[in-house]
Amino acid sequence: MRFAFDEIEETIRMVQAEKLDIRTITMGISLRDCVSDNVETLSNKVYDKITKKAKNLVKVANDLESEFGIPIVNKRISVTPIAVISESAKSAEDFIKIAKTLDAAAKEVGVNFIGGYSALVHKGFTDGDLRLINSIPEALSSTERVCSSINVATTKAGINMDAVALMGKIIKKTAELTKDKDGIGAAKLVVFCNAPEDNPFMAGAFHGVGEGECVINIGVSGPGVVLAALSKLDSKADFGQVSEIIKKTSFKIARAGELIGRIAAERLNSSFGILDLSLAPTPEIGDSIANILEAMGLSKCGAHGTTAALALLNDAVKKGGVMASSYVGGLSGAFIPVSEDAGMISAVEAGALSIEKLEAMTCVCSVGLDMIAIPGDTPAETISAIIADEMAIGMINKKTTAVRIIPVPGKKEGDHVEFGGLLGHAPVMKVNNFSADTFIKRGGRIPAPLHSLNN
Amino acid sequence: MDAQKAIISIIGVDKVGIIYSVSKLLAEANINILDISQTILRDIFTMIMIVDISNSTVEFNILKENLNSLGEKMGLKIDIQKEDIFRAMHRL
Repeated sequence: MRFAFDEIEETIRMVQAEKLDIRTITMGISLRDCVSDNVETLSNKVYDKITKKAKNLVKVANDLESEFGIPIVNKRISVTPIAVISESAKSAEDFIKIAKTLDAAAKEVGVNFIGGYSALVHKGFTDGDLRLINSIPEALSSTERVCSSINVATTKAGINMDAVALMGKIIKKTAELTKDKDGIGAAKLVVFCNAPEDNPFMAGAFHGVGEGECVINIGVSGPGVVLAALSKLDSKADFGQVSEIIKKTSFKIARAGELIGRIAAERLNSSFGILDLSLAPTPEIGDSIANILEAMGLSKCGAHGTTAALALLNDAVKKGGVMASSYVGGLSGAFIPVSEDAGMISAVEAGALSIEKLEAMTCVCSVGLDMIAIPGDTPAETISAIIADEMAIGMINKKTTAVRIIPVPGKKEGDHVEFGGLLGHAPVMKVNNFSADTFIKRGGRIPAPLHSLNN
Repeated sequence: MDAQKAIISIIGVDKVGIIYSVSKLLAEANINILDISQTILRDIFTMIMIVDISNSTVEFNILKENLNSLGEKMGLKIDIQKEDIFRAMHRL
C-alpha cells in the first residue's frame, strides 16, 4: 500500500512540530491475590507481583517510542485499590509500610507514578477504608511516587458527605505535611464521583475490581495537534466545520494510540484494556486546551461562551476517537487542569477565569476541578464544600467528576506557586470566603437522584 | 518472511551527497530501498524513503542511532519509523 507524501509529512509534522504524544501507558495490575492478615507478607507479595509484572514496562515503552517515532511521555502502574486488599491492616504504621512498598516497587521498575492508594467509599466506610484515608497525609508526604484517589460519590449511591467532610481535612493536612514543596502532596490526591475503573491518568488511576489480571491502558493526547488543525480553519468556518476537523484529528490520534497499546500489551504478555481519548495539556506553549477554545473565537478562556466551546470540543473528540478504537474508556474528554496548561494559567492571571467558571466547565467535560492552587488558609470546610459541589455535578449528570485542589501553605490569592515538570505552575486562585461550615458538618449521605423527570 | 517496511524522513538544508550517504548506510545494513520521493517544503529540503528492513543486519534501535548521528554530521534531521504507524493513522 502506497502512502501519499502528504500523509507521511502530516504524521511527522504532528509529532515534531505539534507535540503529538502518547501521554501515558499504564499497566493495571490486580493485587487481589496478595491479601494477607500479616502486613509483612502482604507487602512482600505486593512488591514481588508489581516488580515481576512491570519488569519490562519501561523498556517496551521505550522500544515502541523508538520504532514508531511517537514519544510515550509517562510510564505508570495502577493497582487494585489498596483499601480493598488491606482491610486487615490494623494500624497507621501498617498502611505507611504498604505505601512505602508501592513507592519502592515503582522505583525498582522505573515508573514515575503508581496509582491505587485508594478507597471506594461512596456509600459508606469500612474500618479499613477509614484507616487508609486517615493515613493519606503521611503516606503521600513520606513517598515520592504514590498517588491516591478516593471515590466519595456515585450516581447510584449518592454522596457520602462524611467522606466529603473528611477529605477536606485530609487534603489540607497533606498539603501542610509537604509545605516545603508548596503542598505538592495534594497534587497526588484526587476525590472522585463515579470514578472509572480503567483510567490510565494520574493521580486518579487505579485498577478496578472488575478488571483483569494485568492490563495495558493507553492515554493518548494531542491538544497541540487539534490546535494546529483548528488554526488552519478560516475564521468564518461554522461549527459544523469546526467539529468535523476536530473529529478527523482525534481519529488519527486515537489510531496511533490503539496501535501502540495493542503492540505493548502483546509484548508485555498482558491484555489490551482501553484507550483513553483525553486531550491532556502540558505547560508547554502550543499544548493547551485553553488555546483550542480560544482558537474557536474566544478572546480568552473563561469568557462567556467557553462552556459551549468546551462542550463541542469534548463531543467531537469522542466522536472521532470512538470510530478509531473499539475499546474506548477511562475519562475520555478534555482535561482542564489549571497549572498544567499555559493558556489556563494566562487566563487566570488575566482575571478571565475563576473557580466558578471552571466548575461550570466541568459539567461538559471529563474530570473536574484539577490542579487548582488556593490560599493555604482556606478552611477545610470550604475545601469540602468545593468537593461537594463538584460531586453533585457528577452525581446528577451521570458523569465522572473529580477535585484535585492544592491549598498552598503560606500562600495567598495572587501569589504564584511552582510545582515543576508536567505539574507546571499556577497562580493562587480566589476562593469564595463565605462559610459552609454548618452545611458540611451535617454529615450523612446525600441520597441518590431520581433518574426520570429529567429537566 | 513478509516485507517489513519502515519510513525514513530527512529534513534540512539541501546539499551534495545526502542520498549517497544515506543509501550507503542502508546498503551496509542490507536494507533495500523501495521508494524515494523528495520535495522542498517551506524552503526546507524534505526527503522520504520507504525501505524494507526485513533482512536488516542491524538492530532497529542501532539503525536509528546510526541514521541520527549521520544526520547530525550532515546538519540534517534523519528519522526512521516503522510503517505500521502510518497505516494506522491514514488507512482504514
